[in-house]
Amino acid sequence: MMTLSEEELAEELSDGGLTRAPSRVRVVSGRFFSSRQGQIGFAVLTLMFVLAFAGPLFGRWTYTDKDFTAFMQPPSASHWFGTLQTGSDVYAVTLRGMQKSLVVGLLAALVSTALSAVVGAFAGYFLGWTDRALSWLTDLLLVLPAFLILAIMSPLFGAGQWPLFVIMLALFLWMVTSKIVRGMTISVKEREFIQAARYMGVSPVRIIFRHVIPNLSSLLIVDATLNVSSAILTETSLSYFGLGIQPPDVSFGTLIADGSRTAVYAPWTFWFVAGLLVVTVLAVNLVGDALRDAFDPSASRKVRR
Amino acid sequence: MAGFLARRLLNYAVLVVVAASLAYLLAATALDPRSNYADRTPKPPPAVVDAQLSALNLNDKTPLMQRYATWASGVLHGDFGKSVGGATVNDDLRRRMGVTFRLVVLGLLFGSLLGVLVGALAAVKQYGWFDRLSTALSFVVLAVPVVVLANMLILVAAWANEHVFGSSVLLVSGEYSVGLTAGFWGQLLDRLQHLVLPTISLSLGLTAVFSRYQRNMMLDVLGADFVRTARAKGLSRRRALTRHALRTALIPVVTYFAFTFGALLVGATFTEKIFGWHGLGEQLINSIFSNDVNTVAAISLLAAVSVLCASLASDLLRAALDPRVRA
Repeated sequence: MMTLSEEELAEELSDGGLTRAPSRVRVVSGRFFSSRQGQIGFAVLTLMFVLAFAGPLFGRWTYTDKDFTAFMQPPSASHWFGTLQTGSDVYAVTLRGMQKSLVVGLLAALVSTALSAVVGAFAGYFLGWTDRALSWLTDLLLVLPAFLILAIMSPLFGAGQWPLFVIMLALFLWMVTSKIVRGMTISVKEREFIQAARYMGVSPVRIIFRHVIPNLSSLLIVDATLNVSSAILTETSLSYFGLGIQPPDVSFGTLIADGSRTAVYAPWTFWFVAGLLVVTVLAVNLVGDALRDAFDPSASRKVRR
Repeated sequence: MAGFLARRLLNYAVLVVVAASLAYLLAATALDPRSNYADRTPKPPPAVVDAQLSALNLNDKTPLMQRYATWASGVLHGDFGKSVGGATVNDDLRRRMGVTFRLVVLGLLFGSLLGVLVGALAAVKQYGWFDRLSTALSFVVLAVPVVVLANMLILVAAWANEHVFGSSVLLVSGEYSVGLTAGFWGQLLDRLQHLVLPTISLSLGLTAVFSRYQRNMMLDVLGADFVRTARAKGLSRRRALTRHALRTALIPVVTYFAFTFGALLVGATFTEKIFGWHGLGEQLINSIFSNDVNTVAAISLLAAVSVLCASLASDLLRAALDPRVRA
C-alpha cells in the first residue's frame, strides 16, 4: 500500500516521461480477482474466517455452555444449529471447532511450505552428498503413509498439546513440494544473477535465502494455499478417530465423529459441521487454483493437483 | 532396463527396512503396553507384569535396541511376534490381509479406470457440458474427506433403503451378513450388497484426482503433431485418440499412480473402520488404542512394502507404455 505522498511522488516521476511497469503484486492480484474461481473462493474464504472468529460474538451461547433445558433439540430461535446430547449449542461448538481447524491448517501449511523450500533449495543448490542425503530422507517419508506415523505418535499429543500436533502434521506434508523446489533450484542456480552473487563472494546460505527462495515464491505461495486444505483434511481424519486434537479441545474432526453417531435421527449434529468443512476446503482449493493461474497464465492448462 | 530395475529394487529394499525399523522404534517409544497389564484391577504384582511383558518382547525396562533386535530377527524369520493379548500377529494379519486386499484392489480398479475415462472424455470435448460438470464435481469431491464421505454414504443409503427401495438393499456394516443361509448366489449377492458403498467411498476421491490429471495430460497431447499425423495417415478419430493420444497421455498418470497408492491405503483404513470391515486398517487404529506395538509395526511394514510394490508396478507400467524408458 502506498501512502498519499508516495503516490504523488510516483505521479510526478511518471510525468517525466517514465512509464512505470505495473508491480507484480498488482498484476497477479488483478488476474486473480478477474477470474470467477478467484472471486468466489476469496469471498467464501473471507466469509468463513469472519464466521469462525466473529460469529461466536453473536451467538447467545459459548462453546462450554450446556443448556440443560434442551438436549438434542432441532435448530430453533435460541439454538440456531440445534443442540447436542449434552445440551451444548451446535452453533457455538461448530464455530469453535472451525477456529481450531483453520488455525491448525494455516500454521501446518506455513511450516510445511517453509520446510519444503529450505530442504529443496539446499538439496538443489549444493547437490552432491547434501542432495543425496536429503532426497533419500524425502523418499523415505514418502514411502511411509503420513497418517500411519501421525497415528502411531498420537499418544504423545495429550490435551492442550496441539502446537506439537501442528508441527508433526507439517513434517509430513512437505515432501512432494520439496522435490519440485529442488528441480527448480537446479535451473535457477545457473541464472546470471545467482552467478554474479556467487562471484561477489556472497555465502551460499545467503544466496539461497535472498535469491533462490524468493525466485520460487509463486510456486511456494500456491503450494502453501493448497497445503492448507490438505492439512485441514488430514487433521479432520486424525481427529475423527481420536488421534489428533484431543478433548476438551474441539475441531472439525471430533465434531464430525460425534455428529456421525447421532446423524440418523438428529441430522443437525452432522450436516452443519460437515457442510462447513466441505465449503471451507473447497474455497481454499479454488483460491489456490486461481492463484496458480494468476501467477502463470500460460500454465493454466498444465498439471493440477 | 534390467540394471535400472535391479537398482530400483535394491533402493526399495533398503527403504522398506529403514521404514519398518522407524515404525517399530516409534511405536515402541510412543505406545505403552505396560498400562494394559499394570492398570488392571486388582493390580497384579510388578514382577508378574514384567514377566508377562518380557515374554511378549514388550517390556519397556528392556533396552529399546535389544527389543528391536529381537523383533527384527523374528521378522527376518517371518514371525511378526505376539500381540499385546498374547496371540500371534501372523495369524490375525493373514486373515485380515485378504479383506483389505479385496477392498483396495476394487477401489483402485474402479477409481483409476473411471478417472481415466472421465478425464479423457472431458478433454476430448474441452469446455463442453461434460467437461464443466466433471470439473465442478471433482472440485467438490476433492473437498470431502473420506471420513465425511463414508458417513454421508451411510446416511444416504439409510434414507434410500427406507424411501426408494423399501427394503435393505445397500448394507452398511461388515463384509457379509452373519448366519445368512442362502445358496451360492445368495451369498454372492449379499457380499456385493456389502461391497457397493465401501468401494464408492474409496474410489470416488481417486476418480476425481485421476480425472483431473488425465484431462490435463490429454489436453496437452491432443494438439500435438503426432496425433495430427495419425489422422493424416488415415486413422479414424476414435482410433487416433485411443491408440495414440490416450496412450501417450497415460504415461504421466501412471507415474502419479505410485503417489496416490499411499493415500489409497489411508483411505482404505478409514473406510474399513467406518464400514466395520475387519481388515488391516481397522486393526491398525484398534492396535494403536490397545498399545499393541508388534501389530502396529507389522502393519506399517506391510504398508511400506505395498507402497513400494505400487511404485515398482508404476515403473513397469511406464516402461510398457513408453519405449524411451525401455531403451
